[in-house]
Formats: sequence, C-alpha cells, structure tokens
Amino acid sequence: MNATQNKPTRAVKPLWQELGLTRGEYDHIVSLLGREPNETELGIYGVMWSEHCSYKNSRKLLSGLPTTGSHVLQGPGENAGVIALDENLAVCFKIESHNHPSAIEPYQGAATGVGGILRDIFAMGARPIALLDSLHFGDPHERGKCRERPGMAGSVDPESDRVATLVRGVVRGIADYGNCVGIPTVAGETRFDANYLGNPLVNVMAVGIVPRDRIMRARASGIGGRVLYYGGPTGRDGIHGATFSSETFEEGVEDKRSAVQIGDPFMEKKILEATLELIESDAVDAIQDMGAAGLTCSSCEMASRGETGIEIDLARVPLRAARMSPYEIMLSESQERMLAVVSPEKWEKAAAILAKWDMKAHDLGEIKPGRSMVVKRGDEICAEIPVPSLTDAAPLNSPAMREPDNREARLALHLDDIPEPADPGAVLLRLLDSPELCSRAWIWEQYDHMVGTSTALKTIGGDAAVLRVHGSEKAVAVSVDSCARAASLDPKTGAMLAVAESARNVACSGALPVAATNCCNFGNPNRPEIYWQLAQSIEGMSEACRALDTPITGGNVSLYNETDGEAISPTLTIGMLGILDASAHATGIALQAGNLFLIGSGAPSLAASEYLYQEHHRIAGRPAAPDFADERAIQKLLLAGIQGGLIRAAHDVSLGGIAVTLAEMARAGRMGIRVDLPGAERTDVALFGEGPGRVIVVVEEKDEEKIMELARKFATEIRKLGEAGGGELVMKPGIRIPMSEILAAGRDTFTKLFEKRGSR
Amino acid sequence: MRFAVVVFPGSNCDKDCVRALRDVMGQDVAEVWHTETSLSGFDAVVLPGGFSYGDYLRCGAIARFSKIMRAVKEHADRGGLVLGICNGFQILVEAHLLPGALIRNRSLKFMCRPVWLKRERRDSLFTARGEDFLRLPIAHGEGQYFIDAEGYRKLEDEGRIAYRYEAPPGIEQAENPNGSVGRIAGILNAKGNILGMMPHPERACEEFTGGVTHGRWIFESMIAHLTGERAARAGIAA
Repeated sequence: MNATQNKPTRAVKPLWQELGLTRGEYDHIVSLLGREPNETELGIYGVMWSEHCSYKNSRKLLSGLPTTGSHVLQGPGENAGVIALDENLAVCFKIESHNHPSAIEPYQGAATGVGGILRDIFAMGARPIALLDSLHFGDPHERGKCRERPGMAGSVDPESDRVATLVRGVVRGIADYGNCVGIPTVAGETRFDANYLGNPLVNVMAVGIVPRDRIMRARASGIGGRVLYYGGPTGRDGIHGATFSSETFEEGVEDKRSAVQIGDPFMEKKILEATLELIESDAVDAIQDMGAAGLTCSSCEMASRGETGIEIDLARVPLRAARMSPYEIMLSESQERMLAVVSPEKWEKAAAILAKWDMKAHDLGEIKPGRSMVVKRGDEICAEIPVPSLTDAAPLNSPAMREPDNREARLALHLDDIPEPADPGAVLLRLLDSPELCSRAWIWEQYDHMVGTSTALKTIGGDAAVLRVHGSEKAVAVSVDSCARAASLDPKTGAMLAVAESARNVACSGALPVAATNCCNFGNPNRPEIYWQLAQSIEGMSEACRALDTPITGGNVSLYNETDGEAISPTLTIGMLGILDASAHATGIALQAGNLFLIGSGAPSLAASEYLYQEHHRIAGRPAAPDFADERAIQKLLLAGIQGGLIRAAHDVSLGGIAVTLAEMARAGRMGIRVDLPGAERTDVALFGEGPGRVIVVVEEKDEEKIMELARKFATEIRKLGEAGGGELVMKPGIRIPMSEILAAGRDTFTKLFEKRGSR
Repeated sequence: MRFAVVVFPGSNCDKDCVRALRDVMGQDVAEVWHTETSLSGFDAVVLPGGFSYGDYLRCGAIARFSKIMRAVKEHADRGGLVLGICNGFQILVEAHLLPGALIRNRSLKFMCRPVWLKRERRDSLFTARGEDFLRLPIAHGEGQYFIDAEGYRKLEDEGRIAYRYEAPPGIEQAENPNGSVGRIAGILNAKGNILGMMPHPERACEEFTGGVTHGRWIFESMIAHLTGERAARAGIAA
C-alpha cells in the first residue's frame, strides 16, 4: 500500500500551514527539491524548519554569544556542551525547556522534559549526576482565573485552580521521572507571576560526567555504517511536538494534547545504562537521541554533521500502533528512543549489550555516500531530500524589532509615592511567608536529591548545589537563575543580572564559575516588541558572559509562549556551572557561629524588588546593571576565603534584600542573628532593597583581619554587620523577631497553596 | 568480608552501596546481575534501592521473580546476611522473606529527607554497633509499612522491629514520616539474619552526603558479626 497517498482527512488549511510553514517557505522547499514535496517530505521540512529545530528566528542573535574558552571542550551544536574538569574527566551539561507540553499536560510534559535532557547528556557518553529545574507559574492567589481564558478552558478540573494543578503535576512529573531513573534533582528555582498563568515555564538542566577521551558525538561517519535504533517503540504520541511548541496558544489548544509525549522512566534507565555500555565498549560510532522531531531530526542531523547521506527503511522501525503512515513514523516523538551509527563488524557486540538490557537492536539502514536522506518503506520510497536543504538551508529570519512605547513610564519609580513600613518586622514575616520566598522544601523533598551519593547535603536548599565527582579531587557546583521581574522592565539588564546572580551563586558555594547554558523563553517573535526583548536579552547575556568569562556551551530557545496574545515576561534562564578545587570546600548558606560580613560594592534599590511587588503591588523602577569588575572581585574574595577556611557560610543577597537573606541563613542554621545594617535614606531600602554585587558571609572572630585583608587585596568593599547566635533575629533598624517565628514563617505556604484540600 | 550488591534493571542505589562498602568500609564488594543463580562465596548480600523493573505493577513485585532471588533465599537459609534497603526491602517483602507490605506514603508524595531513627534492638546482627538514635535519609514514595494487628504483635513479641522513626529527646521531628504501623522503619526475619529497612544507610556513611556517618553503624555491625563468625569457624577448625 502506498501510505503517502492515504492522506488523513484534514481541515481546510493547506498542510504546509498546518505544519507552521509560511507560503514563502513552502515555495522555497519546492525550489530546493525542484518539485512539489509529498506529505512525508513536507512533514520533515515542517519540523526541521520549525523554530524548535532550526532556531530560524533566534540563530542570528545567538551567533554573537561567546562560546569558547580555556575550559570548553565542546560548545553549542552537539547534544550538549562539555567542559574540562581535570586531566581525565569532563562535565557535560545543558538546559532545555518543555513549556508547551507542560501547559497542556503538566505531569507528562515535565516528566518527558526530564527524559529528553537526560538523553542529551548520556548520548554524549556522560553519566548524568544531577538535574535542576527552573519553574515559572501563574500567581497562585489568582485562583480560577483560567476559566475566563478561552484558550485554557477545560484544561483543568473547573473546580480546582490552574496554578495548583500545574505546580502539583509538574513537580510530581519531574520527581517521578528523575527519581526512577536515579538522577538526583539538586537545585532549582520556582517563581510566580500572573503572566505565566497560561504559559508556565518548565526548564530542566542536566549535568553529567564523561571521561575526556570518550566524549561521543552525534556525527555520522564511515560510509556503510549501520543505522541502529534501540529503546521504546514508535507510537503516535507527540506527533508535531516540535511544531506545536513553535506556536502560541489560542482557543482549541486542547486539541494539541496528542502532541504531548508519554514518559517511561524505566525504559530511560535501561537506555541510559545500555548507551553508556555501548560507548564504553566502543561499539558505536555516533549516537543521538530521538527527541524533538524524532527520527527525522536525529537521522538528518547525524548525516548533516557527518556530511554524509543516510538511508532508512521504515518497515524496520518497531511500532507501538497499527497502520502508522510514514509521515507519522518520521514525526513521532515517542520517548526513550535512541539512534546510533554502528560499523557492521561491531553490530553483534552492540546487539549483545542491548540484549543484556532486554532490548532489541533494530537495523534501520545505512550511512551512504552523497548528501541525500532517503526514507523507504520496504521498496517504496517515501521521501528523498538533500540533507543540507533541511539543516543548512533552513530559513534564517530577522523579524522586525521595536522598543515598547510605554517603557520609560514603567521604569520611573518615585520613592515619595511609596510609604515606608511602620512595622518592618511584619513585612519581613509576610515576605518570608509569600509564595516567592517561602520554604521550597515541599518541592525538593519530593525529589530524590541524594541518590548517587554525590550531593553535598549542606548545599541543598542554598544558592548552588555542590556535587563531588567520583574519581576526581574536584567537584562541580550548579545553579539556575532567571531575573524575569527585572527583565520585564529592562530585558538587557535582566539578562545580565541572571548571569551575574548565577555566577555569584556558584561562587558562594565555593566554586569558580566556568561556563553556562541558557534557555530563552519568550513570546511570539513575529511581534516587534517581543523580538526586541529577545535581542536585548541575548545582548545582555552575551555581554555578561564575556565579562565574567563564562562562555555559553549550549541551550535552547522556546518562543511563542503566549496565550491569546498575552506574552510571558521575557525569561532568560541561565544554568551556571562552577568547579571547586576540592569537594571539601563545598559551602552552604546555613548560619554558623561567627560574625557576619557584607561583601561587595552593590547598592540596594527598590527597583523590580520583591518588596515593591508584594507590599505595594508594583513592578517598576530601573534595575541596576551589575558592575562586572566588582562581581569578579567578589568571586575571588569568596574563593580565597572559602579555600583558606575563613568563610564558614555564604549567601547571595537576592530576592527580599538583606533582611530576607539573613533570615534565610538563620532559618537554615536554626540560629539567631544580631546585626546593624548599613544606613540608607530609607528603612525599606536598607532592609529589602535588592541589586547585584552583595554577598553575606560568616567568618570566625579570629579570622576577621584575614578576611579584611582579602577584601583589600581584591579591591571590593567589606563591612561587618554583626554576629550569629541567640534566639532572636535582630536587625537594626527596625526588626526584632523570635527565631521560632522565623522558623515557622513560610514553612507551610506551599502545602496550603498546592495540596489538594478536603477529599477531592 | 565479601559483599554482593544485587543489580536489577532499574536499581539505582547499587553503585552507592558498592562505594559505601568498598571505599568507606573497606570491604570486598561485587555487583551481581539479577540473572545470576548463585551467591556462593559471599558473606552478605545487599538488595539496593531503586525502581526495579520501574516498580511497575507494584514495588518489588517483578523483581521477586528474578533468578537471583532464589539464590538470595538459599543464602539466607544458610544463615548468610541479607540487607534490603528501600526497594530492596520492598522486594524482600514481596518475596515473603519478610512479613507485611509497603504501601504509598500517607502523604501520597515521594519524600526525601534525613530522619531520626531509634534502634529497638541492640543485639541483632545489624544493630549491635553504634548508638540508639541514628539520622539516616529516607527517599521513597512507597515506604509506609503495613502489617495486621496480629502480625504486628508477633513482630513486637519476637523483638523483630529493628528501627522505628523517632527523634532523640529534645529534637523536633514529624511523628511518622510515611504513616508506617508502629512507626516501623526496619524489621528482621525470625532468624535475625535478614534486615529490611526503608532508610538509606549507604547515604550516611560520609559527612559530605549524610551530614552524619550513622549509616556506618549498620555495616560495622554486619562486619563485626561476620568477623566473629569467621574467627569462631577458624577456632573450631583449629
């Protein structure tokens, strides 16, 4: 039967439009092929030219990022980036989004997001050692608002509220998948803002360790190599996932649920172990996972990188559903599937390894000379496409950009309009109890953050998680950060703040920040204001990464995060990787006995602050950009202080200002504090003002002179704030709270907001 | 001593157990694949945590049919030591080497955190060393130990409750993290040579990962017993 003629019934829209292509792009395909494409071919172009696979709207902007450096072994372009750890080992890491699927089906969307990023890591030959996640949800207090949004109608139990349903589903999805595969989820961030109601963000980062001489690449080489498929069978789930995630949400988004994939973490665990064994036994020449755009993307990208042709036979693909068309097989995004290239003499060896893990080796075809991708089903040719036309010839757009008109008005903040708090202690307790700043234990206790016995327990719940590396003296530190509130006012500054904060976070844990990965989450790039945000953010990231010497080694772009024309805040998530000389240097935020010092030259400001948002319901002001010279001085001071054993705890001053930062340290250490804060023109600025370039450290009395000396050496500011100890949190001016109240504040916020109430 | 760490498809604490026993405790350790049929030559067997066979159907329900489980039973019948941790405990229960069942946590959520345990037996082969209160991490979604009233009485009467969730005086801790009957965290078989427990001693053998090193006490107890046994055998032989 010729399945290509057996077209499913379709809506009035032409297929190219259904696939998210433009008329111009369709015409270009016809000219590249010299004929009209058939359905399967058009489907292949549709996914390969989607934003998700081709970065057609962002590639130009991203090309300016710094991607090289002394530590970088592999920059962008492979499954993941690789950084040198020591002479023998390397760290492989990347962040990716699974926003669109998570909006529709939070549990499976988040779970398969974890699965996808893990496969990127182990496809490089690296054993994953950690997961992190950056999550953004709507405002949990705006309950039920989703019902008024046509695009979201019916997507959740109408009686429950959308944010809680999403939070529960996403967290459980990440937990069930990561826990089962046995990769600890060690750090992350969870933020709430009304503009993520329709489009929650689920960005997942994975980190792995690979011997430097065994880094695997997804590059087909050796004509005559066999194309090996292993893992789960191919079904109809996830067809058009890549295309779907390159669209905005409108009414009828529910119809897209079939574009969400279903995860099987046990299969993932088996392909993880089998893949590492295949690479270790030198049984394969190239590996790529079948993620977005499935078989299509993996086969043509391998051929593209290897500058070869490829021929595959769809009759040999193991199928989960009956009567699947070539179009469906090529576009399926069924999870837990891997594609490898194996030279014929190694086939038996590879098959034996897969058999040990209860998997079959499926021989789909061959690496061919030339540059053609030929897809057959038995004797019938379903598609024949020049490989470069899918990858190198993919469209490259430069949409128009325009700075939003009302920006100056939003940047203005007149402090005279903001009344000073009468009771700063009450403000602090409210902030600590708010969804933005409350305890995250409800989330991270659902994640197995200890499996693998690599995680430094004391760094859990702190600025960055530290993981020791078995077989190395060194350790790695990781953190994910985004500063979307500041970015919503000034995208470029917001991006710089995110880079600076993530670098500061890993430095607080005792590591030198060495490289970063990023996830750009934005609205529809065809709107000039959105494209301007994207361009500004990438410019800011580029500048900050250059200044801090943390090149970008990979990442992902998620556009079209819009519902009914309302876009999310520009959200650039940075995943930072740091290296510690010794795992013993791992430093947490928990207060220890000693004196408290504020280091760095940063000045507090209420612009884009949490205090302004929570207490005065405003997002306004001009956020200050980091002073990169001072950021580097702070890093050096932290590293020298930690390595020299002077700094016993360190915490970045971030959301909620010094007051919240100190309260978090006190809460983690279960110990009181007595400090005098540096004077400011206003109490609220002194206590709750935010801004880059500030870190609080704990130093023992005997080491005071030494830390002062270090601050002089690295030319940054240092100021003694007070001391740790006692049963109260005392901050002058204005705060005196018993520790019992600090410990209770925010402890149950998430339970109250997100656990199902009553019997339902 | 020679330890076997059994590896099922889906085990994920196998390497952690190997590292704790080999690198921290200095023992001779081998990973044993689930298709093996013999455990001869091993003094003790560890069934590690994880999600054997994805925990599909029911935790441990598929793993109990593995070839290696017959060998585990034979090893136990010979008087060899068997330690089941987390998923290993679930497998031992499914294999009827230990009584009761492990069901979903009362909170219906996976739970990963260090908890305090109280040692109920000071004279068992697994608990002789160390102190009465231990702080070990738990990491499970299905760790609520259940047994009927009669079974529970029997466990108590026979002194087979090894550990309960309980904090030392003056330390605050949620009463019962997963809702287990009698706050049970670990139990012994009638002969006392099989211990199943939900908490993870291998994660608390070093301060870096566990904050404390109380997990060593369990391994030290096993090693001390095996050393004594070997010495006694040598004595008889001489």
